[in-house]
Amino acid sequence: MTTPIKNLTAHFELDNLFKIQVFMDGGGYRALKKVLAEGTSAQVLEAVKKANLRGRGGAGFPAGLKWGFVPKATDKPKYLCVNADEGEPGTFKDRYLLNHNPHLLIEGIVITSYAVGIHDAYIYIRGEYEAIARRLEGAIEEARVNGLLGKNILGSGFDLELRVHRGAGSYICGEETALLESLEGKRGNPRLKPPFPAFVGLFGCPTVINNVETLANVPSIIDHGPDWFLSQGRPNDGGTRIFGVSGAVNNPGIYELPVGTSLREIIETHAGGIKDGKKLKAVIPGGMSAPILRADEIDMPMDCESVAAAGSMIGSGAVIVIDEATPILEVLKKVAKFYAHESCGQCTPCRIGTSWIHKIVKRLAAGEGRKADLDTLLRLASNIKGRTLCPMGDAASLPVLSIIQKFRKELDATVKN
Amino acid sequence: MSRAFSSELQNKIRGLAALYPSKQAALLPVLHLVQNERGSIAPEDERSVAEVIGIKPIKVREVVTFYTMFNRRPVGKYHVQVCSNLSCSLAGGERIVDYLKVKLGVRLGDTTSDGRFTLTEVECLGACEAAPCMMVNFDYYLNLDRDTVDRIFERLP
Repeated sequence: MTTPIKNLTAHFELDNLFKIQVFMDGGGYRALKKVLAEGTSAQVLEAVKKANLRGRGGAGFPAGLKWGFVPKATDKPKYLCVNADEGEPGTFKDRYLLNHNPHLLIEGIVITSYAVGIHDAYIYIRGEYEAIARRLEGAIEEARVNGLLGKNILGSGFDLELRVHRGAGSYICGEETALLESLEGKRGNPRLKPPFPAFVGLFGCPTVINNVETLANVPSIIDHGPDWFLSQGRPNDGGTRIFGVSGAVNNPGIYELPVGTSLREIIETHAGGIKDGKKLKAVIPGGMSAPILRADEIDMPMDCESVAAAGSMIGSGAVIVIDEATPILEVLKKVAKFYAHESCGQCTPCRIGTSWIHKIVKRLAAGEGRKADLDTLLRLASNIKGRTLCPMGDAASLPVLSIIQKFRKELDATVKN
Repeated sequence: MSRAFSSELQNKIRGLAALYPSKQAALLPVLHLVQNERGSIAPEDERSVAEVIGIKPIKVREVVTFYTMFNRRPVGKYHVQVCSNLSCSLAGGERIVDYLKVKLGVRLGDTTSDGRFTLTEVECLGACEAAPCMMVNFDYYLNLDRDTVDRIFERLP
């Protein structure tokens, strides 16, 4: 059994870890002090690149590479947007991080901003996390009082303003360019790329967008070094991940484990196996938009590349476990309903396609399915995939395609006439 | 204006707008504020927001209609939003919705005749480890079954 590592989730048993003094007593803000006293921004960037810290929000893009794209010489301000939208169904890990340890995120934000030359940062948090937003604001105020935010941080001459910005109930705003639109006070319609946010982002200025968990990893990379971080995970995918396991397991919850821990082990050992002694039927390994896996496909290391090689994606590390008692049509119904509801409506294939899929799936679920329905669904989903401005087109089509392809027999049996 | 903004609310709105490089960027925080004070965002409120911030009313309408958390119609004292997404439904979320429909005597989207409760379904709330879950106004309630739902409702003032 892989031993769980308490890196991001260290001291979570303390109910007052969110207070700055408790965080500092446990070594908090040590990495920031080290960077500001003796480090250069280039050294931080180099360390994060070497650590192979990959994005924890969904796409798994290497964070150091992303930061490196931001132009050094520019007369425009640069921005950091922290993606705390956490809307991918099945995902709840950032809620834990934000709630238990807001200062770890703030420390990561200050170090990252220092490395990229950023003086204004925003935490874009989903609107429903209202209580957590207030906790974050309290933590920001504590950090300011302690000279860790604001003007001339710890006497270094480095300035950083940090604000919390609440969303208002929209899945698509977790997509990075929709997030920027939303922060600018507009509808969350994703932007055409290029230009990429590193060049033209928030308010038309160079912008870095990172997930909460990604940034929370930065202090320990500085504190213990990139080699230590790499040694915890995989050679091209360092560190730990906070896997969030939900669905039909005995112990749903968060499990911080080395990147590369096997999916079977996460489900059977850490999450306590399938509930009520039932058998496993299927797993969604990285949030609802990740293609589904059958029970015989879970002997797989959970890292970006291994999961991609198995035809799915590690996404946000949200593992949804489905047991034998659940009809696969129920899963398809939830998937279809969600994406039809959340399509922003900007691109025709996604706007029309997701609603059409939903209508047909509802018909199947009502026991009124027609013989051609499953093939129509496959055709519809294939026609959304790759034909939209943002990744939501793929997010909406891949689960539908994989569910039908992998559970065709069961679905065929639901169609009577 | 039948629902004119108090000068205090106007000042709060201007304060929020001053925090951002563009006035429109304050729109989401401003609309949260207005909804907190008034319960919903009526067409007159949209116009007032536009006037105070100094942007076109259409920009406010676009945003209010896009985001599901902004209520264009009044909701009850308690807005009960039950997660209907996958992890919650695997744990019986749909049964909670059905139970609440009967308990409150309303259909989804409706408000009880005494104005106390509005019942809606909501997409994933990010509490899948404690499914099924719901939000009553901004308070999360986790690991629901009929008994816990009964107890929660008994305690609401």
